[in-house]
Amino acid sequence: MASTETVPADKKGSAGAQDLAGLEAGLDALDAVQVRRTPFTQVLVKKVLPPVSAVLLVLVVWQLAVLAGFAPETKLPAPRAVGSSFMTLWNEGQLLDIIWTSVERGLLGFLAAVAIGTPVGLVVARVPFVRSAIGPILSGLQSLPSVAWVPAAVIWLGITDSAMYAVILLGAVPSIANGLISGIDQVPPLYLRAGRTLGASGVSGARHILLPAALPGYLAGLKQGWAFSWRSLMAAELIASSPDLGTGLGRYLENMREGSDMPGIFLGIILILVVGIAIDLLIFSPLERRVLRTRGLVSRSQ
Amino acid sequence: MATAVRTTEQHSADTAVADGAPAVRIDHVHKVFGRPGSAQAVLDDITLDVRPGEFVCLLGASGCGKSTLLNLVAGLDRPTAGTITVPGGGRPALMFQEHALFPWLTAGKNIELALRLRGVPRAERRPEAERLLSLVRLDGSYGKRVHELSGGMRQRVALARALAQDSNVLLMDEPFAALDAITRDVLHGELTRIWAETGVSVLFVTHNVREAVRLAERVVLLTSRPGRVAREWAVDIPQPRRIEDAAVAELSIEITEELRGEIRRHGQH
Ligand SMILES: Nc1ncnc2c1ncn2[C@@H]1O[C@H](COP(=O)(O)OP(=O)(O)OP(=O)(O)O)[C@@H](O)[C@H]1O
Ligand SMILES: [Mg+2]
Repeated sequence: MASTETVPADKKGSAGAQDLAGLEAGLDALDAVQVRRTPFTQVLVKKVLPPVSAVLLVLVVWQLAVLAGFAPETKLPAPRAVGSSFMTLWNEGQLLDIIWTSVERGLLGFLAAVAIGTPVGLVVARVPFVRSAIGPILSGLQSLPSVAWVPAAVIWLGITDSAMYAVILLGAVPSIANGLISGIDQVPPLYLRAGRTLGASGVSGARHILLPAALPGYLAGLKQGWAFSWRSLMAAELIASSPDLGTGLGRYLENMREGSDMPGIFLGIILILVVGIAIDLLIFSPLERRVLRTRGLVSRSQ
Repeated sequence: MATAVRTTEQHSADTAVADGAPAVRIDHVHKVFGRPGSAQAVLDDITLDVRPGEFVCLLGASGCGKSTLLNLVAGLDRPTAGTITVPGGGRPALMFQEHALFPWLTAGKNIELALRLRGVPRAERRPEAERLLSLVRLDGSYGKRVHELSGGMRQRVALARALAQDSNVLLMDEPFAALDAITRDVLHGELTRIWAETGVSVLFVTHNVREAVRLAERVVLLTSRPGRVAREWAVDIPQPRRIEDAAVAELSIEITEELRGEIRRHGQH
């Protein structure tokens, strides 16, 4: 039993040892971190209330602006009008189709970007030659709006789904790769050295030390990669028009513009925004929060 | 009490044990950092043996090359000249000044990773990790995250992880420097107990003279810039010692004087 003391011969020593054990228990009790979950009502007040109030405020200001007659109805539709466009779309059964067309494309493109960006990032981060060769290009590509690729993609690939995916990849791959690279660069050398003394080098070092240590940076890259995918896709859908492509959110928005349907345009913008935020809130934020929390990088109340 | 202390002035090469191989042999090791133009000799002709089961404290001013020497022994870096051998084979376990636990793993999983990398079969890892945790008196902390542990508890998990390597040699680089005096005192007790139980050889780096005398069987003083073995003392005070023992204080004063002299010598040119 490890908890039994190595009892010294004389009584004084044994009392001293017990003393030490008691001291130790006291220190541990003092040090213990209290972990408790935030109560549900508090979560409601702290996390749900602020954004809901913000949305309500925007709606109120919008409605007031309409009532004050700042702009004609053809330029600034009332919230009600946008709401009824929404209901029409919903009743026609088109709403979910339109959203799903874009979301499916966006997510598939994003997954492909992950599959490409991850190995690219790994190689660039770990191979000095490759890094000097394409590292600067990779970070430069991040500042090139991927909509700039649309004309080229359309000519190379035609107005097809492939062109859409190409534009998504060109937007998202660099940010995913760069996220992984900066994640790896920021791994404290101490972890790598600790790993080496434990016998983790080469592949097992990458698997057990390097990649887990780089995860927060990688996740930040994924999050940004999603934002870039979604943005690129909307731009591509707006510009490229073909019956083969079906109607996604970007196409819907452009159709509304062609019909000068201002409530429809507002609805399109709002839907694009809401879907982008929803994917972030449903997938990336929880993932990121979980990873940061298990590492003690954010407090539980946040 | 004065007779409890025996000092030896000889170079450590002369004190190398004749019977059997040492646990660590540091043989005429030199370490130079930087390029030929701006080279900086950090270690100069260090020769030092650690006997199997011995507890040696390496003492020296800040920047004298203690960490550099431990890194060389741990195989994280190569000496510029000279050789370091660990005749028992295997990789020495190294405990860093900072706990160096992996924050993405729980306390228990940190230990299990060390076991896994050592090749311990999956089924045996969990019980072995639990055993090591209770060895450092942290039963029940298996599932704790690193940030949920206090500084002292982290160092104990780090000690358990180092012990999980099951190496004959344990290298410790100022592991308790950042802790408060009482916690450090408790961990000194733990370390001497574990050292006695496991029979591991310990090379312990510190710049705290009392800590060195509290723990070691032998204290080795290094000079600064470049680091050389200046002098060594055998500590014959019986364990369990307390840091406040008169004999510990007495030897500490003597060693501190010597250390001051070493440092003063640098001011003279
Ligand atoms: N990688 C390196 N490159 C260049 N110089 C180094 C390197 N590592 C250490 N040094 C130098 O070697 C000297 C000894 O450093 P080392 O970390 O071994 O000191 P130390 O005795 O452990 O000090 P401390 O007690 O403060 O931890 C220092 O002067 C330091 O500047
Ligand atoms: Mg050091």
